[in-house]
Amino acid sequence: MDLHPNTMDGVKVLAPSGRIDHTSADSFQAALEPHLAQCRDHEPPLVIDMSAVDYISSVGLRVLMVAAKQVKAQNGCIVIAALTPMVKEVFEISRFNLVFDLFDSVSAAARTHGTRA
Amino acid sequence: MKLRFWGTRGSLPIALTASEVRAKLVCALNGAVGRQLDTPEKIAHYVDHELGFDVRGTFGGHSSCVELVTGAAEHVIFDMGSGARPLGASFLQRFGAETPQAYHVFMSHVHWDHIMGFPFFAPVYIPGNRIVIHGCHAVLEEAFRRQQAPPSFPVNFSELAATIEFDTLVPGKRYSIAGLEVTAKLQRHEGDSYGYRIAAQGKSIVYTTDSEHQLGDSAERDRFIEFFRDADIVVFDAMYALADAISVRADWGHSSNIVGVELCQAAHVRCLCMYHHEPAYDDVRIASVLQETRRFEEITRGDRPLEIISAYDGLELDV
Repeated sequence: MDLHPNTMDGVKVLAPSGRIDHTSADSFQAALEPHLAQCRDHEPPLVIDMSAVDYISSVGLRVLMVAAKQVKAQNGCIVIAALTPMVKEVFEISRFNLVFDLFDSVSAAARTHGTRA
Repeated sequence: MKLRFWGTRGSLPIALTASEVRAKLVCALNGAVGRQLDTPEKIAHYVDHELGFDVRGTFGGHSSCVELVTGAAEHVIFDMGSGARPLGASFLQRFGAETPQAYHVFMSHVHWDHIMGFPFFAPVYIPGNRIVIHGCHAVLEEAFRRQQAPPSFPVNFSELAATIEFDTLVPGKRYSIAGLEVTAKLQRHEGDSYGYRIAAQGKSIVYTTDSEHQLGDSAERDRFIEFFRDADIVVFDAMYALADAISVRADWGHSSNIVGVELCQAAHVRCLCMYHHEPAYDDVRIASVLQETRRFEEITRGDRPLEIISAYDGLELDV
């Protein structure tokens, strides 16, 4: 999965797309891993731009949980931005809204976290 | 066939507190203001149709125990949690103490909350009754005997008047028991647990509690989908929210509503019955989880709907 990495306003933006389910979660995880390894203290925070994600299943959410744990252990920062209404509901029902800081847009996430680096 | 739920709470029995009962009364009476509820019929209609289940009822607090009513002479039960006490009383009321009865109990596992009702299951004290306890654990009999050994209980297992037998099943093997086709499946839980798929009378149910699903294991996912395939009802351990189940409560041996919906959708199940409720959840919380789970099913629905219900003590469910 191409995450279209992009740095803007002091954050690194990763933008997965499509459905993240049991058929694509491994690919998502593999694409995410090198960026997670770099997401440490004094490095740019990661913003996952979810605006092009149509759906995320439990397996996809697990990838995000693993990412959150790794980044936290490295004193890094990872946040979620631009959830579509349906995916936002999935985050709320699964309580992943309590795992991640959620932002309405990438720019809103950058405004809050962009000075970290 | 019919499922009767006698205990639906996970891990530990609970009871409503006085303040929780008061909160229900206050909510119901507040809702009644200005409604002119001046006849018993109007009051009953208001309670039955205007109040949510979390206000007019309760999901209950007994630990795991479910009766499968088949219409045959032999009785079928899943697990012997504290719900086995009212179930035993019900059997006595229905059949009396004079007519010997046969019972088949299928044990998911032998953790405390799933066996604690057995010494309070009145049929064990009645001579002539036959109770067969089926399960896949080698320690099945030991667990039942040990919980009644001194100093844990005043009546030793050996003093029970009924004839009690233990039947060790092999997972994956198909058995014919009490007119039912029964298959057990190994599940992920400390000390192992087993789910049961029951087929009879053209219907099938799956009883799968105390089962944690490893989300990264696609082979395991496929095996469970096959086990659930086309079932009419899946009674599913939906104890935690997904985020909790895979983080702070990972390896605690339980699953979530989200995973229940996903597996049942993939397996073309007709009805998902959420079960083994978290003891820390009150009625409002469980009702909220039910509403959210129905919404999740709605937004993820494929070519057929999946009915979602939440089990409660006293629920009767036609299969």
